[in-house]
Amino acid sequence: MRPLTAKLVEVHGLKKYFPVQKTFLETLLARKLQFVKAVDGISFDVERGEVFGLAGESGSGKTTTGRLLLRLVEPTEGRIAFDGVDLLLLKGEELQQFRRRMQVIFQDPYASLNPRMKIGEAIGDPLNIFRAATREERKRLVIEIMEKVGLEPSNVLYDKYPHQLSGGQRQRVVIARALVLRPDFIVADEPIAMVDVSVRALILDLMMSLKKEFNLTYLFITHDLATAKYVCNRIAIMYLGKIVELGLLTKVFATPKHPYTVALLSAVPIPDPKAERKKIIPKGEIPNPISPPSGCRFHPRCPYAEAICSRDEPKLQEIEKDHYVACHLFA
Amino acid sequence: MIELTTQIIEVNDLRVHYMARNRTVKAVDRVSFALGRSETLGLVGESGCGKSTLGFSILRLVPPPGKIVSGEIVFDGEDLLQKTETDMRKIRGKRLSMIFQDPMTSLNPLMKIGDHIVETIRVHEDVSNEEAWKRAEKLLDRLGIPRERLKDYPHQFSGGMRQRIMIGLGLVLNPSLMVADEPTTSLDVIVEAQILELLKELKRDYNLTLILITHNMGVVSELADEIAVMYAGEIVELADTSSLYERPFHPYTMKLLKSIPNIRLTEQHIESIPGSPPDLANPPTGCRFNPRCPYAVERCREQEPPLTEVQKNRSVACIRYEDLLNV
Repeated sequence: MRPLTAKLVEVHGLKKYFPVQKTFLETLLARKLQFVKAVDGISFDVERGEVFGLAGESGSGKTTTGRLLLRLVEPTEGRIAFDGVDLLLLKGEELQQFRRRMQVIFQDPYASLNPRMKIGEAIGDPLNIFRAATREERKRLVIEIMEKVGLEPSNVLYDKYPHQLSGGQRQRVVIARALVLRPDFIVADEPIAMVDVSVRALILDLMMSLKKEFNLTYLFITHDLATAKYVCNRIAIMYLGKIVELGLLTKVFATPKHPYTVALLSAVPIPDPKAERKKIIPKGEIPNPISPPSGCRFHPRCPYAEAICSRDEPKLQEIEKDHYVACHLFA
Repeated sequence: MIELTTQIIEVNDLRVHYMARNRTVKAVDRVSFALGRSETLGLVGESGCGKSTLGFSILRLVPPPGKIVSGEIVFDGEDLLQKTETDMRKIRGKRLSMIFQDPMTSLNPLMKIGDHIVETIRVHEDVSNEEAWKRAEKLLDRLGIPRERLKDYPHQFSGGMRQRIMIGLGLVLNPSLMVADEPTTSLDVIVEAQILELLKELKRDYNLTLILITHNMGVVSELADEIAVMYAGEIVELADTSSLYERPFHPYTMKLLKSIPNIRLTEQHIESIPGSPPDLANPPTGCRFNPRCPYAVERCREQEPPLTEVQKNRSVACIRYEDLLNV
């Protein structure tokens, strides 16, 4: 038997470069193929039973990271170990067996459900794919999981189509489908971004109670730091394909170190007109990931940038227990 | 003494319905509010509450099968609902402008930004091309975009820049009122903060009167002087921003504020509102919030509560509001 380590997922030096489609003219001129460096050398671990947050703005590479961990896209470089096994070496049947243990919840419950498939069939579909249950068993398992996620009355909803449900219910269907195989690890990519504000807390609370009940580990991908604060144990802040800061959420949010994290946290709108607002807003927007800035990728927008910042790339270093920063200011 | 603000817009008992084949969706129902010069009204609510339809109605741009069924929209002393379409075209863009969530779909992709701005100016004002171009340059200065970029096409700009240009286009003719429908919703948080900062500056510099439509209680608290909370097509509460956050009167507002995570609070428990918003073709009788309201009593199912002024500048549509002051 494999030793039970605290780490469920270990990521090391992970990279994903997407080639940019060349135009006909560029092909004729034999231009060099260009790449979008969506994820560019990141390392982190996800511990068993935790909610690990991955936060950043659009284009930071957080969604690509989630897809890489599930092997929905193949990495350019790097290593991913799941439960101690190198995921990238697995093929065929073996990979299937691991896939069962990791599932995904996408942002848009309208897009991730087949409009012509009944709710019960949609939730039971993973059981078909993995031939994990007989027909009779399948219905029982589906009804059981529907009740766990609060899709009730389950035997009525079983025969409904997605358009007959509310947004919140649809996201419950997506959660039920992710859980029906009883996985260990869930990648939740912006799971509440499309859900109505008044229902969000319900979905988050549901995800947290299911986590306890099924011993789940979550990778929680979000652009919304207030939500991250509500659910995550640890968090990694991404910028242009790199992790700039990582640590216990309480530490990162109370004493953010990287100038980008500081800016990001200060920019979050606060639902309280009396709150004091000291916004530190960096100029401009995220640069083009095809040709990211040299050295520290944040240096052109950073108020504290020095000569070294444009020259050397800062490494992610532990500056106190459970708190890592990639910034020359703290080297 | 506080200077009395003059009223720019007054909406009275507005009803906007979408007529489908066999059902009528009452998207906006019995809505009344007024807004003074250089004030900002935040119009908040969840998706489907009618806030965008209300915004479009003010410009008389409700898309079919939507129709303004009754009411008054008094703008600068005149009822817009009595105007001809020709008159409305002169008013829209010039005295009354609107900006949208997605700047990419509101800008013509085949037109340079400069030409866009020049056209907007020249449709409404009798000025030469050169003069309009000069104004476009000044506008870009104000928006913090280099002048030479007037010759660029929309796709060459980042999302934040495009939204700046949209705001600029909405302001270039110095309108008396601008309606901004989710102006920062598609933007990342840092860019959102930049745009909010720009709107704050413009409010100050241009004495801008703004109706800000948003679902984000954080955004609205930073910009609005007053807030109208909408639920299922109706305004359920209207108050100045700080009073509303400090002490919401309507159960929906109370619950809504409790459902939003605040990054500044260390120990926070957010709650959701059970159930989901009603079908507006077939809304519940009485108060539309009653099926989800923890304080609902029999009367709430029978009586439609009118929006009533209960304190100076504070209105609420809840028959139990006095009983709830102590909860």
